[in-house]
Order: sequence, then C-alpha cells, then structure tokens
Amino acid sequence: MSLLEVVVRSVVVLAAFLVLPLLVGQTEHKVMAHMQGRLGPMYAGGFHGWAQLVADGVKFAQKEDVTPREADRWVFRLAPAVSLVAYLVALSVLPLTSGVVGADVGAGVLFVLAAMAVGILGPLMAGWASANKYSLLGGMRAAAQLLSYELPMVLAAASVALAAGTLSLSGIVEQWHPLWLVWQLPGAVVFLVAAVAELQRVPFDMPMADSEIVFGPLTEYTGLRFAFFLLAEYAGIVVMSLLFTVLFLGGWQGPFAAALGWLWTLVKASAVAFVVIWFRVAWPRLREDQLQRLAWLVLVPLGLAQLAITGVWVVLTT
Amino acid sequence: MLSPYLVVGGVVLVGVLLFVAAMGARRLIAPSAPTPAKESTYECGVDPVGEGWAQTNVRYFLYAFLYVIFAVDAVYLFPWATVIRSSDLALASLAEVGIFVGVLLIGLAHAWRHGLLRWL
Repeated sequence: MSLLEVVVRSVVVLAAFLVLPLLVGQTEHKVMAHMQGRLGPMYAGGFHGWAQLVADGVKFAQKEDVTPREADRWVFRLAPAVSLVAYLVALSVLPLTSGVVGADVGAGVLFVLAAMAVGILGPLMAGWASANKYSLLGGMRAAAQLLSYELPMVLAAASVALAAGTLSLSGIVEQWHPLWLVWQLPGAVVFLVAAVAELQRVPFDMPMADSEIVFGPLTEYTGLRFAFFLLAEYAGIVVMSLLFTVLFLGGWQGPFAAALGWLWTLVKASAVAFVVIWFRVAWPRLREDQLQRLAWLVLVPLGLAQLAITGVWVVLTT
Repeated sequence: MLSPYLVVGGVVLVGVLLFVAAMGARRLIAPSAPTPAKESTYECGVDPVGEGWAQTNVRYFLYAFLYVIFAVDAVYLFPWATVIRSSDLALASLAEVGIFVGVLLIGLAHAWRHGLLRWL
C-alpha cells in the first residue's frame, strides 16, 4: 500500500466523518420538530428551516472558549479530541459495501468495540478535569453507565461473530442470512438498547441530565469545544447505526447488491439512526438506579442467553 | 498484513489534525476576554463552595469489578467464534464455555442477592 493510498483513504474517511454526523444532526432537528410540533427549528432560512444547523455552527465557532481557573487545563482541553478521534477510528473500519472499507482490519468486531471504548475516556476526562461538582457527578454517572452497558454490547456482538464464524465485519455481512433476523433478535434488541446507553442519549442520558446536574461533564464547556462534544455524539449515532446494520441487518445485502450495496447500507443505517432519534422524543429519562438494574439483571442475562442459543444452534447444525 | 493498520494510523493523524486546525481557526475567529467572574467555577450563579473535587461516594467501583470479570470472559468468547465449527472442538468447546459462563452467572446472582447491584 503506497503512501498516497493511505492519505486518500484517511481523507475519505474524514470526509464521511464530517458529512454523515451533520446529516444525522439535521435529521434530528427536523424529526423532533415534526414529532413535538416545535416551531423554532423550522424557521431559519425559509424552507423547513434548512439554515438552522448552519446558524448553530456559526454561533459555536464565534463563541468565546472559556477554561475555568480551577480546571485541570490540559485534560480539560484535550477531552473533546479524545471523544472525537475514537469515533473517527471506529468509522474507518466499517464496510460500506463489498470491498469498500477505510481500513480492512482482520478482527474488525474486536477493533471497533475497542476503538469505541477509548471514546468513553472523553466524558470521564471532561467530568474530572472541570473541577465542578456537577461535572464530577456526571462523570461518575458516565463511568458507571458506560462500563455497565459495554458488556451487553460485547456479548451481543460476540453472538453474531459466533454465528458467522469470523471476526471480520465484511465476513459477517457475507455470512448473513435473513433468518438471522429471527434467531439473533434478542441479541439485536440488547445491542440497540446498549448502544443508545453508550451514546448517553434519552432515555439513558443520566450523565447529562439537564434537570438534575446542569449538563454533567459538559457543564463548563463553551464554544467550539462544546460543539466538538456534540459532533462526537452525532458521530457516535452514525457509528452505532452502521455497526448495527453490519452485525444484525446484513449490511449491503439486498436486491441488486452488486451495484446498490452502498445504498442498502446507508438506507438501513439511516433507519436505525431514525429509531435512535425517535427514542429521544418518545421516552422520559430513567432513574439512575433503574439504569444499573436494567443493565445487570436484564441485558446481561439476555445477552448470555442469546450466546447460548447461538452456540447450541451452531454446534447442532455443523 | 500490516497495511490496514497504516490506514488506521493515518486516520488518527487526520483526526488530530482536524482538532488542531479547528482550534487554530477558533483562535482567529472567537473573541477572548477573560474576567475573574467568567473563569470561576459554575455553581448556579452563586460563589463556589469548597473545592470542585468534592468528596463523593464512589458507587460505581463494584460495577467496575463486575465489568472487569465479565470483560475477561468476553475476551475468551471472540476466539471461540473462530474454532466452534471445527469438528473436534465443537461439542467440547460448547461445554467448556457453558461451564465458564455458568460460574460467572452464579457470581452475578450472588452479587445480586447480597444487594450489591443497588445504586443506593
């Protein structure tokens, strides 16, 4: 692989990383505006308020960037980058269609989970370094929540790897069969719930809970650094939706997959992203203790049960 | 074999460059007029009380222990995925993983019975 190819691939991944989260952000504005009858996001620029996201971006860029006097300056300033780069790396190994992937690593499932686990450090660093009581509480909640929900997600992903007999993301899509929608269903539900919790979105937004602890780890952030945390959240939705599509919905498989595979991947991932946005409109926030019970007493046993079903099925049929 | 990881390295580099470039642009565009009041810790508008790193009850360390135990288990599940279809390992590996996960489940049930999975 020549240096030029490495550069081109990296830049293409970056371009996708800058476009897809903004599309998700724009969709969230409009979907929430329609579902909740909000007038604000539908006004700027005329047609359906198309300019609202642009206005938000301009506002973030020209706001003053304040670092509190008491804060641990370097950690405080680096935290948004850690969140962002982790999701960028995760995005680079997700296949768009057969043979089209930023970096075709062998054990893709393991790699993408590991890359996203690094992103957890972002809110933790922010929560600790702010030297703010709300941030500290939010950071604690984030740590407990992200650890607990990492596990069901890993179990569900392991079940899919077991069913496919490979750890390669492209290999999993090639092995996928519509029947998986049935016998991997518990795993898919576990994965989706855990993914929403990992993204810290409603109904699992206790680390940010604005009515309890202001804005959790992000309380002290302003301007562009705050915008980068938001961008990381939307990038997270993109990565989780694509990963869910690849693991459970058969990625590029569909009619005319040879020519339209990329479209299938994007359509399926968009549908998943829409569901994630819908969650935010439809449900209130869980209580902190309910959150932990759900992870350890429902999702982990369900994930293990799915693993048992998959293991027994594979052994019986081969 | 190594080449995909070269791309991963390139992606990390590009991500860092994005952050550095954005922060450089911010330095040019955004105003900077720090005042002591602006730089003080946010505490709903009143003067901060005590230290920001206040003493709190670290409730999550038990979850962290449980997570580490189960994460080790998960590490063994991934290689299992690649060997379960080989004829001489299929049934034996299924039984072994069953016993392994079963022991962990008993541990989880034990933690639950002793009330360790309650937040409060």
